[in-house]
Amino acid sequence: MHRIVGAVVPLFAAIAAFLCAAIILLFLGTNPWDGFTALVDGAFGDVNSLSQTAVRATPLLLVGAGISISFRASVINIGGEGQIVAGALLSTVVALQLPDVPRPMLIPTVMVAGFLGGAFWGAIPGVLKAYASVNEILSTIMLNIVAVQFLNYMLRSPLIDPREIEAGTRIPQTERLSDNAALPTLIDGTRLHLGVPIAIAAAVIAYIVLWRTPLGFRLRAVGFSPDAAKAAGIPVKRSIVAALALSGAMSGLAGAILVFGSEGQRLITDGTSAGFTGSAGFNGIVAALFGGLHPLWTIPSSFLFGGLLTGATSLQRVLQVPASMAVALNGIVVIFVVSSDRFRSRVNTALAARRQFSSATSDEPVDDGTDDAAMAASS
Amino acid sequence: MSKRNKSLWRLLAVLLALVLVAAACGNDDDAADTPSDAADNANDTADTADDDMADEEMSDEEMAAMDDDEMDDDEMADGEMADGEMADGEMSDEEMAAMGDLSVAIVAPSAVDDLAFTQSMIDAVAALGIEPQVTPGTFIIEEAATALRGYAEDGVDVIIAHGTQYGGSLEEIAPDFPDTTFIWGTATDTMDLPNVFAYAPAADQGGYVNGIIAGALTESGIIGVVGPVEAGDAVAYINGFEAGALAGGATEVNIVYTGSFGDVALAAETATAHIANGADILTGSAQMVVGAVGVAASNDVLWFGTQANQTELAPDLVVASQVYHWEVVLEQMLEQRANGTLGGEAFLLTLENGGLVVEFNDGFDLPDDVRAAADAAIAGIIDGSIDTGA
Amino acid sequence: MSDFFTVSVLVATLASGIRLATPYLLAALGETIGQRSGVLNLGVDGVMLLGAFFAHWTALETGNLWLAVVVGLFTGLVMGVVYAIITVYFKAEQGISGIGIFLFGLGFSDLMFEVKVGTPKFTTQLPPVEIPLLSDIPRVGEALFSHSLLTYTAFLLVPAVAWLLHRTTFGMNIRAVGENPQAADSLGVSVNAVRVKTILIGNTMAGLAGAALVLEAKVFQPNLTQGLGFIAVALVYFGAWRSPFVMAGALLYGLVQATVIQWKVLGIISRQFSDIAAMAPAVLTVVALIVLAGRVQAPRALTKPFERH
Repeated sequence: MHRIVGAVVPLFAAIAAFLCAAIILLFLGTNPWDGFTALVDGAFGDVNSLSQTAVRATPLLLVGAGISISFRASVINIGGEGQIVAGALLSTVVALQLPDVPRPMLIPTVMVAGFLGGAFWGAIPGVLKAYASVNEILSTIMLNIVAVQFLNYMLRSPLIDPREIEAGTRIPQTERLSDNAALPTLIDGTRLHLGVPIAIAAAVIAYIVLWRTPLGFRLRAVGFSPDAAKAAGIPVKRSIVAALALSGAMSGLAGAILVFGSEGQRLITDGTSAGFTGSAGFNGIVAALFGGLHPLWTIPSSFLFGGLLTGATSLQRVLQVPASMAVALNGIVVIFVVSSDRFRSRVNTALAARRQFSSATSDEPVDDGTDDAAMAASS
Repeated sequence: MSKRNKSLWRLLAVLLALVLVAAACGNDDDAADTPSDAADNANDTADTADDDMADEEMSDEEMAAMDDDEMDDDEMADGEMADGEMADGEMSDEEMAAMGDLSVAIVAPSAVDDLAFTQSMIDAVAALGIEPQVTPGTFIIEEAATALRGYAEDGVDVIIAHGTQYGGSLEEIAPDFPDTTFIWGTATDTMDLPNVFAYAPAADQGGYVNGIIAGALTESGIIGVVGPVEAGDAVAYINGFEAGALAGGATEVNIVYTGSFGDVALAAETATAHIANGADILTGSAQMVVGAVGVAASNDVLWFGTQANQTELAPDLVVASQVYHWEVVLEQMLEQRANGTLGGEAFLLTLENGGLVVEFNDGFDLPDDVRAAADAAIAGIIDGSIDTGA
Repeated sequence: MSDFFTVSVLVATLASGIRLATPYLLAALGETIGQRSGVLNLGVDGVMLLGAFFAHWTALETGNLWLAVVVGLFTGLVMGVVYAIITVYFKAEQGISGIGIFLFGLGFSDLMFEVKVGTPKFTTQLPPVEIPLLSDIPRVGEALFSHSLLTYTAFLLVPAVAWLLHRTTFGMNIRAVGENPQAADSLGVSVNAVRVKTILIGNTMAGLAGAALVLEAKVFQPNLTQGLGFIAVALVYFGAWRSPFVMAGALLYGLVQATVIQWKVLGIISRQFSDIAAMAPAVLTVVALIVLAGRVQAPRALTKPFERH
């Protein structure tokens, strides 16, 4: 019974968010039905909007999958914004250095660069937490600020498009990056690009790493009980660093995909991080929560929230309802999901279940057995 | 058993959520018509007065979209016939009516009524008798790209990308919609795309005139400037202002770029710092300057505006505002579009062509000699005898 | 550089730093009380935005600034009720639920602004109150004793919060609940009641911080706070959960910002490096966190929901 109640949480949160949206729309003098129609049409109405939604969902998925990883190790990573920026910066620098490398090599190279950039930026709070007991929630937030200011500096001085200096307009953007690094479009005439399958693959790999490898086992063990993990000979500190580095790496990959899958094929800022990331670092948290902090469930969940973002833009376009409504709805979803009993009890039962296991990575604990079914269902 | 159960429920939950979403669009399942439907909706709400017109126009457009043909003269003629009533606005001649028939959309970075950059463009389109669809507040560049593409798919004829930062996206989008005219600014080149027009204000010109007046009015000789990010037309305005103020008698023009388009508090504190440093006149550019105008008002310090007429923010203290009359160049672009030229030209707003106007605040008692100096500067810039240094 | 060390510029910088520090201080003091009872509220920024918007709207509609302040407080209180339900009743993960509050506040204040106000409109400003005698002290008086009532309130709250935490039974309970809720519970202290109270106080102060920010700027804009609330949370760590140190942190932050602005005005910082300068406070905070981490113990029950065993 308890489990059944818990399982309807996403539905409950969705209904609550829809009700809130309906109230807000009524309040704005818009017929909620028309509003939802416009929103859904804009998000899922045709091939174009579906691919647009998939593209918007990509960074949410990566950030969300990353957050799922760190959460399993009991580390809360709110540094998605900064890690996206770090990944974007490093991959951009690499692309600027290697414009002539052929495409089959350059794309993997810049993706790896993004991955490493994010990993580096994620590892910093990891090291600080593991070796200096600095609270990671705070350090990740602070590093978000540092990253975006560093981005501003880089785009205004060393990396700025020489044409911008010549023209005197000085828009903080790089020159157009090599076409060889551009993520190819999968369906002609749409925005659907290679970044989408890359992200899905990364989420699946994240799942495999977490539940099918010794590293994943260590991370989860540390998350369930650092003391027990230590007693079992698991390097707790290194595991914490690894959790944040991996989590950051996923966000960094999102940064690279944002740059090389963008319409403009360049890195550009408006002085805030949201101007570049579209707040994916925060919205990814929403997607991850809605997906039960599970990398695989984050796939449909981020698609839904990508749809909310795309739909909100079209809602604004068609009915002049401010797109900021989507941001408020995201907040409401987070509030409902985290308030739900399942979130807590799930961790607790997992905790209790896990304590009974002492070793062996092949053990599939009771609570996570669902993941096999999830795999089967999604494949 | 319990494992299965839970997994099943979770799957169901997500599915149900998706169904809920799908149900919301139950009445609208024909994907093929979607773009025109959306456009119809848009026009209905945006433009209820011209409902009939909108419908006819849409049907034409639908045809055009389906045939994937270039907009040809025939269609324009159709439109013209159908919408004689458009001419009852400010437009009188037939060609104008055809121009008014074009559907126009604007994608802009700040709020519709920001009393600055975005509002000035919406006012300009309205001044041509066209009610545009607007997506404001798209400071996220990819979001702007989504909106631009969305309008193009909806079959909007003319899409104004009102932000220099949208150029990179436009470079990719415009070639995908060869029948759509994109108007991009502020920018001085069309990126060699045949369906892109570009526009830019020579903001240094009005800046120079503002500077001349400020230089004449300052008693301390010190003038403070509050800029956003050092980019775009803010730089042109501020450089022109500096040159004018120094030529007009100021001894020191302190320029601060706060690094933010949005931080009102920072702009306010910067203005306060200018005043503490002896500035008795302030100016600034971009939407966060309202913070600085507020400080000017509290301290009885004179203010010079740009982008839009900012007199209403501080009726006693705004001396003059450089106002962008985008409609001057927009009209030319829309005319060309109506005549079948989809793009390929860059336009400059200047004092000479009336795209830039220095609007004086009647509520401020400007000494005659200063006014004369300002007029002389305007004349000098127009005839080329004054170099604004930008 | 020499221009900076003139009395009038230094005085102006000091005054500006104090003004800038006010919203940080109000929000951080509220957060301090909450964290002392073991509750982390990352949603401060969102609550500030809501408080700022509703205060601004009230001031525009009624012209009554004090009513606006009250509305700001009340907005914070309402959000406090929400947050108390989430974290105390539902025992939600605090780090993440705060992000929910933040996103809601960011989106909803923006939405309301676009619908109800839209265009930048000025309210009147809270008038500076000159403290008799003190404000007559040449130079220093001008910098220190000619501020709005909310600024004085913020600084007067510093000893008040210290007194509350260390000299009252309620404060003792707060600290007990934050350090060892089980023990407090066994001594008959209602952990949940204490936490609900601290959450309400903390959020109300965040709402007030928003009101202070918007009434000083006189004008609202979407995302007015620009992440200020997150810095306020960091300042609590920075100040090691002690109100005087939190104040020192807020002042440092305000003064660094004010100094950077002055240096830009005087042309001391070249424009190229202004972004690097903007990084300084965040880097400074991280460094402070590292330095303090080994030396100061956070409330032991911080972020841990209370479960009676």
